[in-house]
Amino acid sequence: MSLDEGTINDPTLPERLIAEVLEAYPDKSRKRRQKHLSVSTTPDAEEKAEGALSECDVKSNVKSIPGVMTIRGCAYAGSKGVVWGPVKDMVHISHGPVGCGQYSWSQRRNYYIGNTGVDSFVTMQFTSDFQERDIVFGGDKKLEKIIDEIDELFPLAKGISIQSECPIGLIGDDIEAVSRKKKKETGKTIVPVRCEGFRGVSQSLGHHIANDAIRDWVFNQDGSEDKFETTPYDVNVIGDYNIGGDAWSSRILLEEIGLRVVGNWSGDATLAEMERAPKAKLNLIHCYRSMNYICRYMEEKYNIPWVEYNFFGPSQIAASLRKIAALFDETIQANAERVIAKYQPLVDAILAKYKPRLEGKTVMLYVGGLRPRHVVNAYDDLGMVITGTGYEFAHSDDYQRTGHYVREGTLIYDDVTGYELERFIEGMRPDLVGSGIKEKYPVQKMGIPFRQMHSWDYSGPYHGYDGFAIFARDMDLAINNPVWGLFKAPWKKEAA
Amino acid sequence: MPQSADKILDHAPLFREPEYKDMLARKAEFENMPPVEQVTQIADWTKSWDYREKNFARESLSVNPAKACQPLGAVFVASGFERTMSFVHGSQGCVAYYRSHLSRHFKEPSSAVSSSMTEDAAVFGGLNNMVDGLANTYKLYSPKMIAVSTTCMAEVIGDDLNAFIATAKDKESVPADFDVPFAHTPAFVGSHVTGYDNMLKGILDHFWKGKEAKPNGSLNIIPGFDGFAVGNNRELKRVLDLMGVDYTILSDVSDQFDTPSDGEFRMYDGGTPIEATKNAVNASATLSLQEYCTPKTLDYAASFGQKTKSLHYPIGVGGTDDLLSSISELTGKPVPEALELERGRLVDAMADSQSWLHGKTYAIYGDPDFVYGMARFVLETGGEPKHCLATNGSKAWEAQMQALFDSSTFGAGCKAWGGRDLWHMRSLLATEEVDLLIGNSYGKYLERDTKTPLIRLMFPIFDRHHHHRFPVWGYQGGLRVLVTILDKIFDCLDQDTMDPGVTDYSFDLTR
Repeated sequence: MSLDEGTINDPTLPERLIAEVLEAYPDKSRKRRQKHLSVSTTPDAEEKAEGALSECDVKSNVKSIPGVMTIRGCAYAGSKGVVWGPVKDMVHISHGPVGCGQYSWSQRRNYYIGNTGVDSFVTMQFTSDFQERDIVFGGDKKLEKIIDEIDELFPLAKGISIQSECPIGLIGDDIEAVSRKKKKETGKTIVPVRCEGFRGVSQSLGHHIANDAIRDWVFNQDGSEDKFETTPYDVNVIGDYNIGGDAWSSRILLEEIGLRVVGNWSGDATLAEMERAPKAKLNLIHCYRSMNYICRYMEEKYNIPWVEYNFFGPSQIAASLRKIAALFDETIQANAERVIAKYQPLVDAILAKYKPRLEGKTVMLYVGGLRPRHVVNAYDDLGMVITGTGYEFAHSDDYQRTGHYVREGTLIYDDVTGYELERFIEGMRPDLVGSGIKEKYPVQKMGIPFRQMHSWDYSGPYHGYDGFAIFARDMDLAINNPVWGLFKAPWKKEAA
Repeated sequence: MPQSADKILDHAPLFREPEYKDMLARKAEFENMPPVEQVTQIADWTKSWDYREKNFARESLSVNPAKACQPLGAVFVASGFERTMSFVHGSQGCVAYYRSHLSRHFKEPSSAVSSSMTEDAAVFGGLNNMVDGLANTYKLYSPKMIAVSTTCMAEVIGDDLNAFIATAKDKESVPADFDVPFAHTPAFVGSHVTGYDNMLKGILDHFWKGKEAKPNGSLNIIPGFDGFAVGNNRELKRVLDLMGVDYTILSDVSDQFDTPSDGEFRMYDGGTPIEATKNAVNASATLSLQEYCTPKTLDYAASFGQKTKSLHYPIGVGGTDDLLSSISELTGKPVPEALELERGRLVDAMADSQSWLHGKTYAIYGDPDFVYGMARFVLETGGEPKHCLATNGSKAWEAQMQALFDSSTFGAGCKAWGGRDLWHMRSLLATEEVDLLIGNSYGKYLERDTKTPLIRLMFPIFDRHHHHRFPVWGYQGGLRVLVTILDKIFDCLDQDTMDPGVTDYSFDLTR
């Protein structure tokens, strides 16, 4: 391994790297892994006509191979960690042993306004802390007791969700029966979620199960939703978890073009915002992967259309504001143009400041959800080039969409293993890697700048125009920090 | 427009700008949150004695516990052996969690693999996952040893590690003579300190089983689960070298969690050599620095005729005295003058600062041995460790703590709370205030809610950097703990007296 520049202009490099990493596997695993690695190709005529830049064709959403160091999480992480955890005025019980709730406690940076422990509970860890006797005798009685204790000690909690950990489904507990019983007794919303970690192949099934739980246990509950005056401009923001305040720097733009955001799912959300969602006129979906399910359901059941948008980077923000406005009247459309024009000087000033420092720099991404494609244009706006990208838990429709963002010749890796990612990064030597906490330190030790692109590396927001300023600043400070020049001792430099 | 390219506002100031305040006020209209008066009323009630009593009457619900699960301890202890990869058998999300948790604390890579069991494995068992998984790990990551532990999923369905590993070897996943120690580490028994014990015993059992010990006068030392292991283990080795002891540290993570930035990612670094681990069966004694991390391991060592002894996280004067005396007693090596000098310097520093420490009251929480060692040091400074809490502390631990309180006049009115969590601690701090809180990063929520200044000396520390690189053990470590406490006291005092013309008469230059 060396600090020498990789041959980034060598078009055959990605193919060679794929061949190299596959060599390292035992035969059986090599056959499975090779279907998940590819280089994006020329799109066919039909795809090109639809605006695709390339075709990203890899196998996805299948089981990870044992023992290879997958970076994926589990269904519990998808439900408690992603979808339910941010709903602020409910208590979310990590139901099972202590660890799952402990490791995920306060780690997703879902910002919210509230009095924690009194009317809001996001950054708290509620668990049934299963002991051996609970495994042997079942945990339903304990769960009942827990719900009573929450009701007494946290009277302002609007509801409770039960986030199942692995043992629940294995020992045959009936958390649905407990929920129905306790809902009757307490009069509060109680939501059982069957997101045991062994279900599915990644976080993804947890998102789906969490969406279904909203459908089954929040919607259509005996008319308990609040009385609500609607307007023609009511929208829900779906799939924005308000990481570092993302949903706020998005909401401000939607309000500015004249829309009324009646619910935000699920960053800084309240139960009321979720209950009333079916009364909105349109669902705006940011993280398609984690919440398309409930949008499709609302479309089918309540006739609410949905539209995907992207608030990363000025070109996508402007395109998205226009796309959203086009679904409303001329006033909204005029507002959108006015808002885009208003922020243009800010965009120009940010680009003038940072583009010269970032232009031509190469980036490799490995994240989840929507980001492996959604952030591509934000980098593009800064003149940076994505040379590799991949998803932890995408489905084929995600890779299809990715072709609209990345150019031909991009290295594509699905459910990448620790071994592969290290070799790819070492071979490509990009100027920046965007991935998660587990990847951060190995990459930095190779002398390559890194930003965590799940948590925004404790920064953010990155959504909206205000967020883009922070995004640009963060990419610059990561790449252009002097520490990267200190890795080699001077006597070693001379020797080299 | 709040944002500008000249001065880019981060989240903290950005959302305090008028545009965002207005926006958040408008959002509140859609939230149906409870009225302010009701929130204030309930908030006040949560800090009352009435609430405390209800809170302590809780039997089933755990809120903000200060403990993690067994496999975390197993992964931690395994990473302290030479080129060892942890292989956790069960669901894969768990492994992502352990790795993230350790990386967030140490700011270092943390490598471990999962057997990625899913629904079909829940039905048919995870044998195939073990067979394929060991083959992949062995080929991809070139370990010298693979340490197998379990998630609760594998434990609930009852997978038999011993049989599975034997089958995997039959199927040539790894060579027949390759080291694959294992331990069952159910998350629904004990905590991360239990997992440390089980995995360490599993590793020793793998190498020692059937061996006849030939005592050679050397000493095994087990540090236990410790967020400060990088600094502490290095300090420990310095002390042992000064004493001229022949020793083996059984699980030394200090290099693994402190690799340099020089262009190379080292998946493995340092750790106790496999050969040394094998030979450790011949030690004359095994000394554990954390009793609750090693009950089974010490019993196992004793079964080979080794003398065994355990301490409670050697912080401060008495804690370090016990450490050195124990090493002396078990090896026959005297404590050298150099260490006596260090002792004198720590005592000197404590004497210089005693007026600022005397009578200060504390709440301390964390793992049982840490809480004991920390409370003991606080007592030595004339402080009063009023509320001592360990979520993974037992009745036996409470009794040990009470004996410690009883040994000092400063222990009067102090109480140990085993099996309680940080929501209980909130009630304690709200109803019986103390001057300082000692714990980990999660304590910041208690600091916010009760205004008790927080000192971070316990794993995990996510929101301060690099503390773990410096020791808290030994006389040198004691100095660091002392300075950390004093800095907090002085910083708080300065903060409290810097209002010009109002409080700054006490804003003294010399303290």
